[in-house]
Amino acid sequence: MSAESKLEIGTLAVSTSPHIRCDESIAKIMWTVNAVLVPAALFSIYQFGLPALRTLVICIAVSMATEYFIQKWQNKPITVNDGSAFLTGLLLAMNIPANIPWYIPVVGSVAAIGIAKHTMGGLGYNIFNPALIGRAFLLASWPIAMTTWPTPAGWANKVDAVTAATPLGILKLQGYEELVKFFGDKTDMYMSLFLGTRGGSAGETSAVLLLLGGLYLIYRKYINWQIPVCMIGTVGIITWAFGGNGGLFTGDPLLNILSGGLILGAFFMATDMVTIPITIKGQIIFAVGAGALTSLIRLIGGYPEGVCYAILLMNCVTPLIDRLVRPVKFGARR
Amino acid sequence: MKNLWEIFYKGVFAQNPIFRLALSLCPALAVTSTATNALAMGLSVMFVITSNNVVVSLFRKWVNPKVRVPVYITSIATIVTLVQLVLEAYFPILFKELSIYLALIVVFAIILARAEVFAAKNTVVPSFFDGFGMGFGFALAMVAIGIIRELFGAGTIFGIQIMGSSYDPALIMILPPGGFILIGLMIASFNLIGEYQDKAKAEKRKLAIQRGEA
Repeated sequence: MSAESKLEIGTLAVSTSPHIRCDESIAKIMWTVNAVLVPAALFSIYQFGLPALRTLVICIAVSMATEYFIQKWQNKPITVNDGSAFLTGLLLAMNIPANIPWYIPVVGSVAAIGIAKHTMGGLGYNIFNPALIGRAFLLASWPIAMTTWPTPAGWANKVDAVTAATPLGILKLQGYEELVKFFGDKTDMYMSLFLGTRGGSAGETSAVLLLLGGLYLIYRKYINWQIPVCMIGTVGIITWAFGGNGGLFTGDPLLNILSGGLILGAFFMATDMVTIPITIKGQIIFAVGAGALTSLIRLIGGYPEGVCYAILLMNCVTPLIDRLVRPVKFGARR
Repeated sequence: MKNLWEIFYKGVFAQNPIFRLALSLCPALAVTSTATNALAMGLSVMFVITSNNVVVSLFRKWVNPKVRVPVYITSIATIVTLVQLVLEAYFPILFKELSIYLALIVVFAIILARAEVFAAKNTVVPSFFDGFGMGFGFALAMVAIGIIRELFGAGTIFGIQIMGSSYDPALIMILPPGGFILIGLMIASFNLIGEYQDKAKAEKRKLAIQRGEA
């Protein structure tokens, strides 16, 4: 870059107040989020073997290619390198079973970037989380393939991975006692859920790695701690109160918090800057609503897991929440 | 003759009921999950809109403007009943598949709109071609949507296997969300083509003016 163009971009930028500068940019935030998701993604490769790696590569490559071609076609500045398409692909891959047929992630990535993001106008204009739209699209298209999970296995016997139910699937179909028996005892169950040695979508299994990544994002102030805390807390309270068979407050909140895609969703998808309310107050309403919908779908609905639809449904009402919590001008009445 | 062709052709593209006017989207979503259903619905609507235009045009001088809408609706309802009875007698399976949407043709905005803006003010022959063109554009759009949805959602077209047996159909295409997404994308692409045509036309006019001045 020549000195003149640097001057133009660096010092002569015209903008309205406030004129405070910082070195944050879309690319920096996006690549940081990508980086903190890497441990969980690596763990999924360790756990589900090469199919997980293949799904990750397909999702990320197709997402970025779709972004590139659409922006090229529309004569827009090409922003593939800002990491947002990479993040969409990564999140989509972590949200689907690892050993799925190859064309399913391809279609999902095209739907996520092409339909959810670029028909709305690109990054910053989309009303729904692209990765979740991709997943919802796939769940409606191939419901069986999308709910057939491989058994977690090490590298040794990765070749003939058999299908396994997820903890929430067992809970839904066979009940709590069967689930505990499946893992051995309660301590084993919690340990397995916490460390991630369980069945599920590729990147959602390891609670501890996702938590560490999420905490780093909170430390860097890229996400507000209120969102994951409110969403996970709501799920915990509702499933504790209404999730058991023996009456009120006999459910197992810890199980419900650690299983499914709740931690991945609460830290990485309910905090998407574009599709959630602007103010903290609005974000709390959003998170509580998403948590309540998740619990409703898990306890009453037909699906064992509802994080995806809960967040998408709250995305729908984001503009309404924004209007509800609009700050009042000093001295003005609402 | 050229005039009649223009009246016919505007319904096919420039004012295509579904893709340009965005009217009658309800049947475009509901009965396009297979190409066969879409074709049957398209032909039924084409028949209704054409014959209704003729009827309205014939009686346009005797209808008091104050009661024109009830008169038009009665006429449409009569023709729709005719179509229903014929379909029920000769194509009972199709009749069952189209079910309520066949009766709903009575309240299609596009049919009433053509009667009101065109047939009530024009003679019989242009009205016939206007209805025929609009109906043809509607049927064409329905079949196009139906073919794409059936191809990707079931791997067949008009019930004939097209994709190989290894094709894993994307169920979403024959479910309502797939219909919504597809119609949205098709409207967008039609607008894109229309924009391009307008631009080309404007360019041509500019050139002609320049040449005239020179």
